[in-house]
Amino acid sequence: MAAPAMPTAPELPELLRAAWLIARKDLAIEFRTRTAFFSAVVFALLGLTIFYFAWDATAVAAIDLAPGVLWVIFTFSGLLGLQRSFGVEQADRAMDALLAAPVDREAIYLGKAIANFLFVAGVQAISIPALALFYNVPLAGVWLPLAGIALLAAIGLVAVGTLFSAMAVNTRLAELLLPMLSLPFFIPVVTAAAQTTARLLAGRPAAEAWPWLRILLGFDLVFVVACAIAFPYTLDE
Amino acid sequence: MPGAALESINAKPPVVEAEGLVRAFSGRRAVDGVDFTISAGECLALFGPNGAGKTTLLRLLAGLLAPTAGSCRVGGVSLRAGRAARAEVGLVSHASMLYGALTARENVEFAARMYGVRDATRAAKRALVQMRVADRAEAPVRALSRGLQQRVSIARAIVHEPRLLLCDEPYTGLDEVGSAALTTALAERRDRGAALLLVTHNLNEGLALATHAAIMRRGRFVRHESRIALDPVSYATAYRELVTADA
Amino acid sequence: MTERLSIAGAPSATRAPIVDGWLAAAALAVAAAYVRIIWFTPPEATQGLAQKIYYLHLPAALNAYIAFAVVAVTSIVYLWLRDPRADRVAEASAEVGLLFTTVVLTTGPIWGKPIWGTWWTWDARLTLTLFLWFIYAGYLVLRGAIPEPEMRARYSAVLGILGALLIPFIHMSVYLFRTLHPMPIVLKPDRPSLPPEMLQTLLFSFAAFFLAYLALVRARYRLAVERALLAERESHSEGER
Repeated sequence: MAAPAMPTAPELPELLRAAWLIARKDLAIEFRTRTAFFSAVVFALLGLTIFYFAWDATAVAAIDLAPGVLWVIFTFSGLLGLQRSFGVEQADRAMDALLAAPVDREAIYLGKAIANFLFVAGVQAISIPALALFYNVPLAGVWLPLAGIALLAAIGLVAVGTLFSAMAVNTRLAELLLPMLSLPFFIPVVTAAAQTTARLLAGRPAAEAWPWLRILLGFDLVFVVACAIAFPYTLDE
Repeated sequence: MPGAALESINAKPPVVEAEGLVRAFSGRRAVDGVDFTISAGECLALFGPNGAGKTTLLRLLAGLLAPTAGSCRVGGVSLRAGRAARAEVGLVSHASMLYGALTARENVEFAARMYGVRDATRAAKRALVQMRVADRAEAPVRALSRGLQQRVSIARAIVHEPRLLLCDEPYTGLDEVGSAALTTALAERRDRGAALLLVTHNLNEGLALATHAAIMRRGRFVRHESRIALDPVSYATAYRELVTADA
Repeated sequence: MTERLSIAGAPSATRAPIVDGWLAAAALAVAAAYVRIIWFTPPEATQGLAQKIYYLHLPAALNAYIAFAVVAVTSIVYLWLRDPRADRVAEASAEVGLLFTTVVLTTGPIWGKPIWGTWWTWDARLTLTLFLWFIYAGYLVLRGAIPEPEMRARYSAVLGILGALLIPFIHMSVYLFRTLHPMPIVLKPDRPSLPPEMLQTLLFSFAAFFLAYLALVRARYRLAVERALLAERESHSEGER
């Protein structure tokens, strides 16, 4: 069996069109039920609260703790969203219909990844202001670069998480496997994001954050491509 | 080579051609050398005991599996050559392949868009009307009975007017009303010039629609003939013998 | 085509034992290395006897990395050729790699405590090894969760390759983290200026561990072949399909 070929350049618009259709469909489903998004948001807020009460406020200032907390919460609430990503395709074997359709396999991966990305970004859009509120983090002037970091981190998280979600859903230990496989991969993302955020909040010059940002960008680039290529191999063909 | 060689009655151009199809899983051949052709307006009913390889054959023809050897072409284009050939194929299964949280209309529209149908909304509506389920179009699919879900699933499969319709035990779980509606819809598709491949355990239902019939056993066609040449009673006996021989 | 290869690499009619000459030789070599380490190598001046754990620690680490590289390469080979033998080697190498990684993670603290007073430190090598351990563990849990051989091989191969892609990023992150947060260098990388006896012991120990790696992978590979044969026999006997 030959390896599936990458789509050639002229097919890219078609790839994106199909991916967007699938993403829209996933978002429509999520919007209809809303349970996963709501759970992820509540989970994030709970996490912020627990962390706040779990350490000695006199020893460490809230603002020093904030970056670490934010990105840990981001990881675990992101996992909640990723869990259900391929679950919708398993019920009633909807995945067969997707695979029988005249769309590239990579489009299926991209579509799911886009939907997951929007999901995670949505949770972040609520968690970051909540963090600012609970931890007295002044966002004025930094919220734009912070949003940028958040989006880059979300890309990395989603690139790897979507692929592992596709794999885990076919195994016996789906809920356990997804975090177990993904978390080692999330660590460069979380570390880079947290370190960059910390410097940002401390008002350090941008040049200090740049090495971390470079790792994050590199990770995103490498793993979006690698996971898109790897995705067809996770299909039973 | 199984059974009698077949000449299509109306000599129309073939819609699907399978040549020497083989599919193996970890050394075991689920499909072990299958050749056949279905032309426009023909319906091949495929019978066989459990594990004969019928579902695997269907998945090969739908482009869900790659053959280990041999080829299958739809409309003259190999299924593995790219995604274009899949556009001509519709798939119905005993699983509905629908998204429970979305409405019937949304499900069928999504399928239409995936197949690049222009004016997906109108095509979806047409398909739902044809399957007599348009009045429930705005209901989330999981609220519908199994029979209605199956009808929506068929609407999903035909919305892009495929030249080849593959049906894998579509009667499973349907009541009389649902079965009748399904038979009517499939007959309509066939008469409009589609090619049908109908996998079923139920001889009566299969033969009702068939222009040709085949029995599959251990990955091969052991009988393959036209419906007209066939006597239902002796066929049923022969089929029963074959099935019990495998048990 | 692939079906014929499903039991390729099977030992010939005279069923080769799983414990064989290789394992015996490896056991001997490792024992000899121990003897040499304990009795025939002078203790290091500043660190004393505890430093001798280093002779286990470093070779184990190097072999763990080799095992990982083997997993990555055989994963690529499997996806390219779909040869089950590649998958069996990957599986064997991953299990042995996990073993060696565990050795590194246990000898590190055992060495660190008497010398530096702390059980654990996030130095570059130890951290990287910890990640290797996580990836190995994830790899083996993934394999355990998939009963079907072809899918198991495919998924494992994907994970093996992605894991290899991850390592440079972990390395970069740890390196960047450490340059910004200076920490005591607990486990110093090999100093080229080792006195010759110590260097020899180190090399000898490395060779012994490498032999052990090869022998264990061989044995584990054979076990995998036996299992595959058994599975085939069972699926054939449970009725013709």
